[in-house]
Amino acid sequence: MTTTSAAKTTILNLPEDELVHPGNRACAGCGLSIIYRIGLKALGRDTILVVPPSCLTVLQGLYPIAATQLPCLNVTFASTAAGATGILGAMRAKKNETTTVAAWAGDGGTSDIGLQALSGACERGENFIFICYDNEAYMNTGVQRSGTTPQGVITTTTPFSGKAQRKKDVPSIIAAHGIPYVATASAAYPLDFFDKITKAKTMKGPKYIHVHTPCPSGWGFHSRFTVKIGALAVETGLFDLYEIENQKFRLTGASEKLIGKKRKPVKEYFKTQSRFKALTDDQMADIQKEIDAKWEGYQQVA
Amino acid sequence: MHIIESGNVAAASGVKLAKVQVIAAYPITPQTPLTEKLSEFVDSGEMDAQYIPVESEHSALAVCIAASSAGTRAFTATSANGLLYMHEQLQWAAGARLPIVMCVVNRGIGAPWTVWNDHQDSISQRDTGWIQLYCCDHQQIIDTVLQAFYLAETVSVPVMVCYDGYILSHTYMPFDIPEQTDVDRFLPPFSPAYALDPKQPANLNTVTLPDVRPDVRGDVAPGYMEIRHNLHMDMRAAITVAADIDRKFEDIFGRGGNPFIEPYRCDDADFVAICLGSLSYHLRDVVDILREEGIPVGVMGLRLYRPFPNQAVRNALSSRKAVIVFEKALSYGNQGALYGDIKSALYTADNRPIVHNYILGLGGREIKTHHLEKALRESCTAPDAIGDTPVWIGLKM
Amino acid sequence: MKPVTKKTTFACRKSHSEPGPGDGGRTGSWRVKRPVIDPEKCIPAKRNKPACFTCWLFCPDGVISRTIPPAIDYEYCKGCEICAEECPAGAITMVDETLFIIEEKQEEK
Repeated sequence: MTTTSAAKTTILNLPEDELVHPGNRACAGCGLSIIYRIGLKALGRDTILVVPPSCLTVLQGLYPIAATQLPCLNVTFASTAAGATGILGAMRAKKNETTTVAAWAGDGGTSDIGLQALSGACERGENFIFICYDNEAYMNTGVQRSGTTPQGVITTTTPFSGKAQRKKDVPSIIAAHGIPYVATASAAYPLDFFDKITKAKTMKGPKYIHVHTPCPSGWGFHSRFTVKIGALAVETGLFDLYEIENQKFRLTGASEKLIGKKRKPVKEYFKTQSRFKALTDDQMADIQKEIDAKWEGYQQVA
Repeated sequence: MHIIESGNVAAASGVKLAKVQVIAAYPITPQTPLTEKLSEFVDSGEMDAQYIPVESEHSALAVCIAASSAGTRAFTATSANGLLYMHEQLQWAAGARLPIVMCVVNRGIGAPWTVWNDHQDSISQRDTGWIQLYCCDHQQIIDTVLQAFYLAETVSVPVMVCYDGYILSHTYMPFDIPEQTDVDRFLPPFSPAYALDPKQPANLNTVTLPDVRPDVRGDVAPGYMEIRHNLHMDMRAAITVAADIDRKFEDIFGRGGNPFIEPYRCDDADFVAICLGSLSYHLRDVVDILREEGIPVGVMGLRLYRPFPNQAVRNALSSRKAVIVFEKALSYGNQGALYGDIKSALYTADNRPIVHNYILGLGGREIKTHHLEKALRESCTAPDAIGDTPVWIGLKM
Repeated sequence: MKPVTKKTTFACRKSHSEPGPGDGGRTGSWRVKRPVIDPEKCIPAKRNKPACFTCWLFCPDGVISRTIPPAIDYEYCKGCEICAEECPAGAITMVDETLFIIEEKQEEK
């Protein structure tokens, strides 16, 4: 099997139809709001969403008003992928072969409490798209550390010296299930995210998209820099945009363009956010070495 | 058609006749033969359903919650720690008003591990907002499964069908499997008022605020407290509905008449033993022995535990001298849960009988007929000598 | 708000939310600064044909239209400033909301 490259979407041909109502409760400059708005355009109206507790629960609206214009089932924190499984079962029972079932969870709901159900659903080969928006901590409960919080980050549960452990590599864990499509994306590159969902929709089986999602209030930066900081994570080589399509890995978009080019130093990224203020120069140098080694590996493959 | 099969197969046969569309289950002893049978039915094409082998009980109920929200009839089954692992999901299914049916094949819960029968698993989940029905024999298992779907879908409340592990689940007994045409006459297809649908988008189970709020049309929508009040009121209404369903079932299948309590030799009984599940049939032997001695005693098997049929319990028990509650579970640090419920139901009666509480059979500890006989004889002959504290039967140390 | 009426429908049984704007109220009131587009600099406005629309793409709340010139819905714009930061032509400036309040007050007089 080969990888496919769909036609790239541009701002001018991105669907006009808005599926998220304004006036919702997301913070100003929320990275999730950007990808949710663009992501729903890609999913389209013939979609049923499954959402666990997260900032998205709040963004989607408080009862009895919904900000989302798609049908959505709110489920318990650990059961997102199992909820999607149940809807798929019902769709099969009703001989509905068109409706897309998409789960949309935060990093805690994916990498920590939701991992067992997600692993089970991937192993069973459920025909769904699972989108993890990774803002690298439990933002909805007030910025506590999660499995995907990077090393050194100050959260309300790593308050002074920062998180000691590394960021859990969830896309690799999911890719190890051998599912047809695993991809990463970033709120700074919404068109790339749109195209990845569009591609995922054409495939049967589990599809997983992990989206790096800057959070102004949780990361400590002004809301105007949400896109800039998301792009900086990619430009420094800290967060990479890639696809693993039928077990085949390839860098995509802005990350692909970095091959053979000089990357911005990671320090530049760390200096933009107060959550990294506990990182020492030595730690930053160590991280820079790790990132350089990772990219050395990419270059050899490319 | 009469067959001789296990209680688990009786349950599976009921699920098949109910034309369940989505089944999700995770194996746990002694529920396993039930779900194995269902997977056989589905894999062989005998049953047109989706069988989803999930990775946990938490996910099993998650699948049922979602499948039911999307408008299909859903079933799961579990036991013991599997039921406890579902605890969060139980409350979710009830709060979301989903008419899921689940068989609970009763087993004691760890620690320490036990795979044997008692009622601590389902009793510990009594306040989750699920209807709980208990079965005494194989015929009741299959009949109750069919009635459970009807009841659940009428009042939009999930139902647990509880039956004793091993004693019923693994023993072979004769029972009648109803004809599909009769079942179709009895049980209408599942047609919820709303199912998840892209053509009519709605966001289900969203965050509520403490107070009521206007909806998109400006009408005030019921808030969390109203939604929960409705759950309670509809559960209370389920008592009447259960009686109606029992009558309809009897009309079609010729079995029924005791939707809440199944009495045995109680008409003239001054003393009545009461319990849940198959133990009531065991106690029938004991009643027969004591009756030969001239003791006016009977036994009642309680079929509907939640909602609690207070009025029926009061009517059945208030004229007695003593009521003896036998339980395979307890509310630790206090007393048997059923004992508390029965005392509470009798509090407003004109005549309040003496009520005794025996705890027995925990973790499968063998229940000897002579133990039951001794306890019941003591309660009948010297009712004033036994206090309010639960008495444990079968303790060896 | 209409008075509370006892509902006996299915809607009353569960938390069943329907789509609509403004769940969080008029979120424009969160704004401290207002994005103002300069049509002299805005690329589609200047060329008078569909182009750029970076502000429309990145607006988290979907309150900028893909029109010539782009229009901002101040009822709901939360004032995050992403549009101003990302505009490649520097056509969007953030203006202190107090200035508009002063203007409104003067107009009232």
